[in-house]
Amino acid sequence: MAREDYEAVMGLEVHSELSTKTKIFCSCPTKFGAEPNTQTCPICMAMPGTLPVLNEKVVEYAVKAGLATNCKISRDSKNDRKNYFYPDLPKSYQISQYDKPLCEKGYIEIEVNGNKKKIGITRIHIEEDAGKLNHDELGGGSLVDLNRAGVPLIEIVSEPDLRSTEEVEAYLKKLKSILEYIEVSDCKMQEGSFRADVNVSVRKKGDTKLGTRTEMKNMNSFRSITRGIEYEIERQIDVLENGGTVEQETLRWDDVSGRTFSMRDKEDAQDYRYFPEPDLVAIKLSEEYIQNIKNTLPELPESRKKRYLEEYKLSEKDAKIITSSKYLSDLFEGAIKVCKNPKAVNNLIISDISRILHETEIEPIEIPFDSNQLGKLVILLDKGTISSSIGKKVLEELFENPRDPEEIIQEKGWIQISDEGQIRQIVQKILEKNPQSVADYKSGKDRALGFLVGQAMKETKGKANPQLLNKMFLEEMK
Amino acid sequence: MNITELTVHELQEKIKNKELNAKEILNAYLDRIQAREKDVQAFVTILKEESKNELEKIQKEKEELNDFDGIPIGVKDNICTKGIKTTCSSKMLENFISPYDASVIEKIKENNMIILGKLNMDEFAMGGSTEYSYFKKTKNPWNLNKVPGGSSGGSAAAVAANMVPWALGSDTGGSIRQPASFCGVVGLKPTYGLVSRYGLVAFASSLDQIGPITKDVRDCALLLNIIAGHDEKDTTSCNRNNIDYTKALKNDVKGMKIAVPKEFFAEGINQEVKSKLEEAAKIYEELGATVEEISLDIAKYSLATYYIIACAEASSNLGRFDGIRYTYRTKEFKNLKELYRKSRSEGFGAEVKRRIILGTYVLSSGYYDAYYKKAQKVRTLVMNQFKEVFNKYDLILTPTSPTVAFDIGSKSNNPLEMYLADICTVSVNIAGLPAISIPINVDSQGMPIGMQLIGNKFCEETILNAAYTYEQKIKFREKYRPEFKS
Repeated sequence: MAREDYEAVMGLEVHSELSTKTKIFCSCPTKFGAEPNTQTCPICMAMPGTLPVLNEKVVEYAVKAGLATNCKISRDSKNDRKNYFYPDLPKSYQISQYDKPLCEKGYIEIEVNGNKKKIGITRIHIEEDAGKLNHDELGGGSLVDLNRAGVPLIEIVSEPDLRSTEEVEAYLKKLKSILEYIEVSDCKMQEGSFRADVNVSVRKKGDTKLGTRTEMKNMNSFRSITRGIEYEIERQIDVLENGGTVEQETLRWDDVSGRTFSMRDKEDAQDYRYFPEPDLVAIKLSEEYIQNIKNTLPELPESRKKRYLEEYKLSEKDAKIITSSKYLSDLFEGAIKVCKNPKAVNNLIISDISRILHETEIEPIEIPFDSNQLGKLVILLDKGTISSSIGKKVLEELFENPRDPEEIIQEKGWIQISDEGQIRQIVQKILEKNPQSVADYKSGKDRALGFLVGQAMKETKGKANPQLLNKMFLEEMK
Repeated sequence: MNITELTVHELQEKIKNKELNAKEILNAYLDRIQAREKDVQAFVTILKEESKNELEKIQKEKEELNDFDGIPIGVKDNICTKGIKTTCSSKMLENFISPYDASVIEKIKENNMIILGKLNMDEFAMGGSTEYSYFKKTKNPWNLNKVPGGSSGGSAAAVAANMVPWALGSDTGGSIRQPASFCGVVGLKPTYGLVSRYGLVAFASSLDQIGPITKDVRDCALLLNIIAGHDEKDTTSCNRNNIDYTKALKNDVKGMKIAVPKEFFAEGINQEVKSKLEEAAKIYEELGATVEEISLDIAKYSLATYYIIACAEASSNLGRFDGIRYTYRTKEFKNLKELYRKSRSEGFGAEVKRRIILGTYVLSSGYYDAYYKKAQKVRTLVMNQFKEVFNKYDLILTPTSPTVAFDIGSKSNNPLEMYLADICTVSVNIAGLPAISIPINVDSQGMPIGMQLIGNKFCEETILNAAYTYEQKIKFREKYRPEFKS
C-alpha cells in the first residue's frame, strides 16, 4: 500500500506550568533558575508528616484556562494520587486529578491553509510538577534538585482530532497564545514551562477505528515536535507495511539522532494505583465563583485580531502574526499609544523584530525593551531625526542594551544630517571622486544615481537624509 | 508525697500552693525513668539533659511559672520534633531528625511543657502490641510478661508506670484506646479533624488522629484543650470555636441515653471482660442514665473495610521512604531499582511490608473496584448507621478490646489474630468519631479492663463527662495500681 493511503491521527497532552508566585501545595517560590534546592521546604521535599494545602490561585488559573478553551467547569472536583517511584518525585506519588478534572469537554479553533477546524479538549486538570535530576555533575551519580517539585501545572488533553504536523503546530501555537493572553502561564518552551507529549497512530484512510498509538515525550520545541511526529508516522507505516503491528508504548524523542527510543526505565508495568488524595478536601466551586472568573477574562487573540483588521487596517497575515503572541500584541498596542502610527509599528514588528527573534532564537516574552521605547523609535523615524537604516541599528541596540532611543542616537552620534549646506558639500565631494558615474548618469544610466547616493551614505555612516541627498545629486548633475 | 503518682491537675494544684516546683517534678520523673525503664522499655529516646536545659531556659525567661510551664510530657515517636530523632520505631528512620515541629508539638512548646522523650510504638503505628518496634519490646507495667497493647504502647506504658505524667499517642484503628485499656489508663481518640495531623508521620491519612493518654479524665480534657483546634497547615482540620473541655466534666449523667451494641459483646469476647462491661452499664443506670441494647450490624464489616482503606493509604504514604533522602539506604546496589528494592526490603519490618503489599494490591487496576472502592462504600454505610444511632442516643458503650493484655509473643506470628484485637475500635476511625477508653476494673489476674465510650462527631464533651462521672463513682486509680509483676 502506498504511504498516501495512510492517515495519521494525533492527540496532544500539553503540560503548562502556571505562573503563580508560589507552589501548588506550599508557599515556596516558583521562580526558574535558582540554585538547586534553595526553593524548597519540608512540604515540597516530602519530609515525613507534612501535608499539602491547595493554593487557591492554581484553581483560579485552571478555571481561567478552561473558560478560555470553551470547557465546562466542574463544580465538584477533587485531587487524586498517582503513585510511582522515581527520585524526582519525593512523595512517591504525584498529586493530580484522575476522574474528576476541573475542566472538561472544550475546544479551540485552529486555521491551516485557510481552513478552520475545531480541535476538541478532553479535559484540563491541575497537578504538581516533579523535581529534576542532574546527572553526572560531580563525577558519577545523579543529584536531585527539588526546586521544581510542586510547581503547579495544568495538563491539557486534546481529542485525537489532529491529522497533520501543520495542525499540531497550529494547535500548539493557538493554545500557547491563549494561555499567554489569559496570563496563567508564560509558556517558555526552553525552560520547560510549556511541554507537549504527542500520541501518534496511523490507520488506512477511511477506517473509523483508531490504530494503536504510541506516546512520544521529550520534545521541547515546535521543530522537534514536527520532526518527531514525522519520524514516528513513517516508522509506524513501515512497521505495518512490513506486516508487523505497532506496539503501544512510551517513546522518548532524541533530537540529536532524530529517532525515537522506547522508554521503560520508570517502572515495568505502569499501574499508577490512582486513589483520592485523603490529605485534601474536595474542590467545590460555586456558580458565582466561576462567573466572576469569566467576567475578568481578558480579550483573547481571536478578538484582538478582528480589532486589528478593522481598527488598524492590518493585513490578515500581519494581524495573525502579531496576535499569535500576547507579548508581541501588547508591544504593538503599547507602541501605538506612544507614536500613533500603527502602520509603522506593524512594519517594524513584522520585518525587523521578527527577523531578530528568528536569528537570535528568542521568544517574544524575552524581548528586552518595552513598548514605550519602540514607540519612541517610530517617532524618531517619523520626524526624520534618523533614517530607516539607522532605525534598524537602533532596534538592534534596543535588543542589546535597551534604553531610550533618543539616548542611543545621541550617544552613538546617529542623528540624521538634514542640513542642506552640509549635504551639498558631501554631494560635491562624491561627484568629484566619481566622474565616471557622473558620465554614466548623464548618458542615461539611472542606476548610477543609486551608486552615488550609496557612496554618500557610506561617507556619512548612514546619517545623511536620503531624500535630501537624492535632491542635491539631481540638482548638482543638472 | 510521691510526685510521679500525681495527675497533672494535682501537680498544678501543688505548684500553685508552692508545695512543689517544676524542677522537683522534672527530677522526680527523670529518677522514675531511671528506675523503671529497664523493666518497661517504653522509650526510644530519653531527653535527660535536654529536658533539664529546657526547664532552665523557661525559668530564666519567666519568674513565676504557671499553668503548664515546666509540666513534663512524653511523645509517641511518630510525631515530629525538631532537632530530636523521630524514628517511628523503624530501622528506616533510625537516624531521622525532623527539621520541623509537628503542630501539636508547637502547641506543647507554646505552653512551655517539657518533652521527656520519644515513646516506643509498633513500627509506623502498625500493630496492636508494640512488639513490631524495630528497637525494643515494651512491657506492660501491670505484668511485665504481657504486651502494653499498641501501637501507642510506649505512651500508655510510660503513663501507667508513672514515667511521664501524660503522653501523646496516635490512633488509626485503636492505637490510643487499646493500649490505654491494656495499661489501665485513659486514652482519647478525638473526632477526625479536631487535632491537626501536621507533623504526624502518616500511616492512613483519612483515619489518623493524635490524642491524649493520661492518668485520669480531667488530665485528658486538659491535654485536649491544648492540642485541639484548627490548623491552616492541615486542610482536613476543622475550623471550630475552641472549647474548654474541663467545663464538660459535670459528674452527672442523669437523662443521658446510652446504647450498647450487642455485636460488640458476641463472638470472641472474653467472659470476664463481658461481665465487667455489663456491670459498668448497670452502674450508668444507677447514676441516672438510660441504657439500651441496640444492633450495630454493619460493625462486622468494619474490620475488613478498615484494613483495606488503611493499607491502601499506607502503601502510598510509605512510598517516600525509598532510600533516596532521609531514610535507611542499603549498602550496595547496582542500579536505581535495586537501591529501592533493597533499601525497602531491609528498612521495613515484616508487618509494615505485609500492609504495603496488601495496600498495593487493593489499589491495583483490576482489583480497585472489588476492594478499595467497595470499602469506601461500606465506609459510608458505617457512617450512616452510626448517624442513626446518634439520632436516638448520646453515646455508645462497648469494650475497648475483647480481651485484656495478652502474653508477649502469643500473637506476634499470627497477624489475623492480632488484627482481631482491633475489632471494637476500628469502626470509630472508619466513621471519624471520637471515643475514649477508661479503666473500669481488673480481671482475675489483676489485668485492667477498658471501657470504650463512643460519641457523635465533635461531642468530646459528652464522652468526657460520661467517662469522668464513671471515674468519680468507681475510683479505679485508688483501688488498683501496676505492680510490675514478672
